[in-house]
Amino acid sequence: MARGLWMRSTEIYDSSRNIPNALQEIKEAIRYHYLIGQLIRRDILTRYKRSYLGVAWTMLNPLGIMVVMTIVFSHFFGSTPGYPVYVLSGLIAWNFFSKSTSAAMNNIVWGGGLLKRIYLPKTSFSLSAIGTEVVNLLLSLIPLALVMLFTSVPFHLSLFYLPVAIICISCFSLGVALLLSTIAIYFPDVSEMYQIILTAWMYLTPIIYPETTFPAKYRPLLLINPLTSLVRLFHIPIIDGRFPTWVEFWPAIAWSLGMLIVGWIFFTKKIDEFAYRV
Amino acid sequence: MSRLLNGKSLQNELMNDEVIRLENVSVQYRVPYEQIGTFREYFIRLLQRRISYRTFWALDNISFSVKKGEVFGLIGDNGAGKSTLLKVVARVLRPIKGRLLVRGKVAPLLELGAGFHPELTGRENIFLNGALLGYNQKELEDIFPQIVEFSELGDFIEAPIRTYSSGMYARLGFSVATAYEPEVLIVDEILGVGDESFQKKCADRIAQFRENGTSILIVSHSMASIESMCQKAAWLNQGKIELIGDPKTVIKAYRGG
Repeated sequence: MARGLWMRSTEIYDSSRNIPNALQEIKEAIRYHYLIGQLIRRDILTRYKRSYLGVAWTMLNPLGIMVVMTIVFSHFFGSTPGYPVYVLSGLIAWNFFSKSTSAAMNNIVWGGGLLKRIYLPKTSFSLSAIGTEVVNLLLSLIPLALVMLFTSVPFHLSLFYLPVAIICISCFSLGVALLLSTIAIYFPDVSEMYQIILTAWMYLTPIIYPETTFPAKYRPLLLINPLTSLVRLFHIPIIDGRFPTWVEFWPAIAWSLGMLIVGWIFFTKKIDEFAYRV
Repeated sequence: MSRLLNGKSLQNELMNDEVIRLENVSVQYRVPYEQIGTFREYFIRLLQRRISYRTFWALDNISFSVKKGEVFGLIGDNGAGKSTLLKVVARVLRPIKGRLLVRGKVAPLLELGAGFHPELTGRENIFLNGALLGYNQKELEDIFPQIVEFSELGDFIEAPIRTYSSGMYARLGFSVATAYEPEVLIVDEILGVGDESFQKKCADRIAQFRENGTSILIVSHSMASIESMCQKAAWLNQGKIELIGDPKTVIKAYRGG
């Protein structure tokens, strides 16, 4: 028996504790960081387990879409310098957002049964969905670098800015993921509806077309879209080869922090009801 | 009946030999009369003010305490609230009213192999399942050899779990769930894990936990096992405690009623 290794725990759990849920959940998510790592590992290992090319699909997928987009749209946007790199870098950011938020929502709707059976921090599903997509995003930077080499788009020092861009879009996506998860617990239909919204949202975000080609009349629509400013944080260091200015940066940071706080509070407010609902 | 604790007379913290204490714990379920699955329906109903819920108290003012090393049995008809009570102690449900105090680690033997992924190997699933049960990397790496040994899986530990028989699956689940001695063990019905010799091994392990001071909360429909295993028992009826005390007396009252 493993008594020697195991310290008897004397920690007392009190169901009537007075710590606000939002703070308590931060503590619990940190305490369960190993679980979140394991969930990320599971998702990455099992996603392509039965396919021959395995994890390589993470890189091949955006690459394939980029080739299609380039062939289809080069007629319209062919004059844009480095169009393939433009599309690919935008797609990487967009895929991160759309996949992580959809996965977080599906995790809680389909994997929510677990919440009814054992205790675990309920934010683990959203946090691991974001973590999984961070890994996928990092992997898809490899084909991006290759395409940059082939289309002779120069590598700039500004590429070191990408971690900031990744952190920003992660915070924003986590906020949206938590918001959607909460709603999806009460209305599972949201999951289907969201796929339609995502399609519309993608066309309202400068990914396959350059921002400048958007009709001037509808420009404000583009500017209130939080993803415009977030995707820009990827475009600027990669395509323009410079660091974003403060004016370009603040909407992105405001959206990501704001969304994260709103999502976290909204989600944790309902957290005690989840086990009764899922 | 004398052991029934009154919430008002209790102190704030657990007493020395107390491991679990419930003070007037109540859990309410809210069930809509009809299932509302879509926004459209919801909004129409909302406008018509036709969302009506049936509420019922799955647990109603439950108070009792379990001491260190004590085996506490819960009996009652189906739907009496026994499983809900186990879920409250396992932290799955937070009581709507009242208070629950638990000292130390709670190991639920409710869902053996919760979160097992069929495509992952036995080894990978030990770490995944262990993490779900709240263990960290160090704890799992330290105990890994013992888990494999106890599960009697041998080389199968490197094979994907989808290739396991149901007995192997349950054996691995039990081995992870009981890898470390918890302060509280929660058992829903006596387990029938694997063949007879493995069942004996499980029973021995649980007995040893008890000797070392683990408290056990057990739900069973088998009065014989409640009477032989428990030092104390409670009879739950429609979310309320009908009687609490010596197992023999409680069982007799339950059967007589």
